Amino acid sequence: MSSDNPRESIVGSKAPQNKTRESRMGEGVDNRFNSRLREAFGSTPFILTKFDKFMNWVRGSSMFMLQFGIACCSIEMMHTYAVKHDLDRFGSGVPRASPRQADVMIVPGTIVSKFAPRMKRVYDQMPEPKFVVGMGSCTVSGGPFQEGYNVIKGAEEVIPVDIHVPGCPPRPEALVYGVAKLQERVANGESAPVTVKPYELERFADLDQDEIVDELAKEIDEETLVMRYNWTDSP
Amino acid sequence: MSTQKEELEIAEGGVDYDALEDRLGDTAIDRESHVNAEGFVVRPDEVQDALFALRDDAGFDHLSLVTAQEYEDRYESIYHLKKFDDPTQEVSVVVPTTKDDPVSQSAEPVYRTADWHEREAYDLVGIDYDDHPDLRRILLPETWKGHPLGKDYDQNKPQVVSFKQHANPLKQDHKDAESDTMFVNIGPHHPATHGVLHLETTLDGETVADVEPDIGYLHRCEEQMAQQGTYRHQIMPYPDRWDYSSAGLLNEWAYARAAEDLADLDVPEYAQVIRTMGAELCRIAGHMLAVGTFALDVYGDFTAIFMYAMRDREKVQAVLEDLTGQRMMFNYFRLGGVAWDLPEPREEFFGKTRDFLDDLPEALEEYHDLLTGNEIFQSRCIDTGILEPEVAKQYSATGPVARGSGIDYDLRRDDPYGYYDELDWDVITEDGCDNYSRVLVRMQEVEQSAKVIEQCVDLLEDWPEEERDIQSNVPRTLKPDPDTEIYRSVEAAKGELGIYIRSDGTDEPARFKIRSPCFHNLSVLPEMANGEYIADMIASLGSLDIILGEVDR
Ligand code: SF4
Repeated sequence: MSSDNPRESIVGSKAPQNKTRESRMGEGVDNRFNSRLREAFGSTPFILTKFDKFMNWVRGSSMFMLQFGIACCSIEMMHTYAVKHDLDRFGSGVPRASPRQADVMIVPGTIVSKFAPRMKRVYDQMPEPKFVVGMGSCTVSGGPFQEGYNVIKGAEEVIPVDIHVPGCPPRPEALVYGVAKLQERVANGESAPVTVKPYELERFADLDQDEIVDELAKEIDEETLVMRYNWTDSP
Repeated sequence: MSTQKEELEIAEGGVDYDALEDRLGDTAIDRESHVNAEGFVVRPDEVQDALFALRDDAGFDHLSLVTAQEYEDRYESIYHLKKFDDPTQEVSVVVPTTKDDPVSQSAEPVYRTADWHEREAYDLVGIDYDDHPDLRRILLPETWKGHPLGKDYDQNKPQVVSFKQHANPLKQDHKDAESDTMFVNIGPHHPATHGVLHLETTLDGETVADVEPDIGYLHRCEEQMAQQGTYRHQIMPYPDRWDYSSAGLLNEWAYARAAEDLADLDVPEYAQVIRTMGAELCRIAGHMLAVGTFALDVYGDFTAIFMYAMRDREKVQAVLEDLTGQRMMFNYFRLGGVAWDLPEPREEFFGKTRDFLDDLPEALEEYHDLLTGNEIFQSRCIDTGILEPEVAKQYSATGPVARGSGIDYDLRRDDPYGYYDELDWDVITEDGCDNYSRVLVRMQEVEQSAKVIEQCVDLLEDWPEEERDIQSNVPRTLKPDPDTEIYRSVEAAKGELGIYIRSDGTDEPARFKIRSPCFHNLSVLPEMANGEYIADMIASLGSLDIILGEVDR
């Protein structure tokens, strides 16, 4: 008999595999799930809590950040993720490159007119529930560039912000504190009120008619989404 | 003709402006004196003649900056020319145009880099350039109304910015037997673009058929801010925010140098040594970030090299924090010196700095093991992203990007300032012209910076106590003479960072223009990427080491 062809009794039978599996499975619950915590509950492994409370705790304990760099503050944000400060220690330091996988957006920098519609879109792409940490004075008010002709006077003009971390730039420690505060709030089920009516993306045809809209009518298609800035009304 | 050409090119110990004027003949209708160089006034329809003459016959091969500005009675474009062989030889070409018809001939056929500059001038000031290949807005959104650095701009007018959705790319795209192109937007929010840069990329299979950088997503009106600030104190915080890779002191120096030469201020030697030391610390921090993020781009290495680079940056930042009080936005230079002396106890500061320097060779060894010695890295970087020196010069690329293409140009040596000419260090160049060379240049420059810092620490340690002047006498309000113009540059982390200032007799500049090295370096990307694989384009972009705050200003 050539060893190239296995014996029919082996090929045809499932017995050897089944035996191996059974011997590995053992009895009862798989041992690997038995943590110390599980032992502490002993023979009554049930806890009683409100579902919402549980969900909030889960949410606050594991937050995925959006990998999002805008300006100078993003350098300090990178330091916050990296060695020494290591935001991951607090269960919230894995940056995701796609907004569709992220829970928290840290807005690290100055927002200018050209970027605001894009940022709004990135925010819209994040799944609910989503939270925003505004990092730096620029996201509070426009910061050092507040008087610029092109600068949005704070992130809240575009998207709602839960936590503001002031500073120019805030130290990594400050950002860690801000994120930890956010986690605490999320775990407690608190939400931030939206204080400013943000700029919206609208269809061009829906804008109020005025001089500038008339002027642009030739250039912009009716269906195109636009953002209209009223600089005088900005805080 | 040829003898005249030689005369113009040799011009030892400065430029012979009279000879230049003879060469320009009737093209030059007038002559102005700026602090840094003479300026020849040229009619708006003869710009190319004048520039061709200066480039081909007199060797001014480096268009360093184009400044556009509006006066009460006219618009003006200034072309600041230099030589790559000797940047102290400068000349300006001043092109006035009328208010009613601000049209001026484009310089793009002479210097490629004028393309983006003139678009910016059109965008912000409102001058039209005849013969320009593609004159549209560059920094502001296309639907913007008005030119914000012009005189009659109303900042309170509402603006509408469109958010154009790209229709299904496949529908627009072109597909036939020969080619199969697809349009891809990379950015403005994308992990590989180092910030908010938008690359409009057309792909043919996996090769880049065409790429066009779309910038302006971080245009923070830096020039307007500077024009609203007083010379003495209000401008200095802004330079920190141009190149924000912790390279703030290098940027501050650019402003300090321009303003000090404008107002004729001295800087005590002791302060110059401190400045030199601080600036080189910043250069290390900036290059570390470049190397770390480049590793991230090339093989997604978020774990080892990126983290090592961050670890070493933390050390530099700690030293800088001791010196200046801040981790990133130092605001440490003052006109005429620095804000304060070294921290007490001085021994501790010197010890800490020396510890950092002592650990550096080992750290660099580690980088070389992980990075430049790595086979994957080499196959990604060697012979990709080729930038020929001639192309680099056409786009006025400077800094490590130019030095990686064998252009021996470093303002610290060629146009000395600070304490550099007293110290012993080398300018690094590599001839590979590829992504690999640019990384090598940065890593070796870190070594050279360490050498400079070490010598500065030695000097500072032995500096006699009674001669520790950190600032010279500077008037409380600084009002340079009206209509003085100056253009000065320094070697920042990314290349030649220059400032043009025109004073109008008040304590605020009338025009403040920034020459950003990243702006030029980014503009060569299409030359490096077209026809290459898309993955190599990402590597090339990383190797250019752009900081969007400086590109958009
Ligand atoms: S707050 Fe300061 S450091 Fe942060 S983005 Fe704004 S200017 Fe830069």
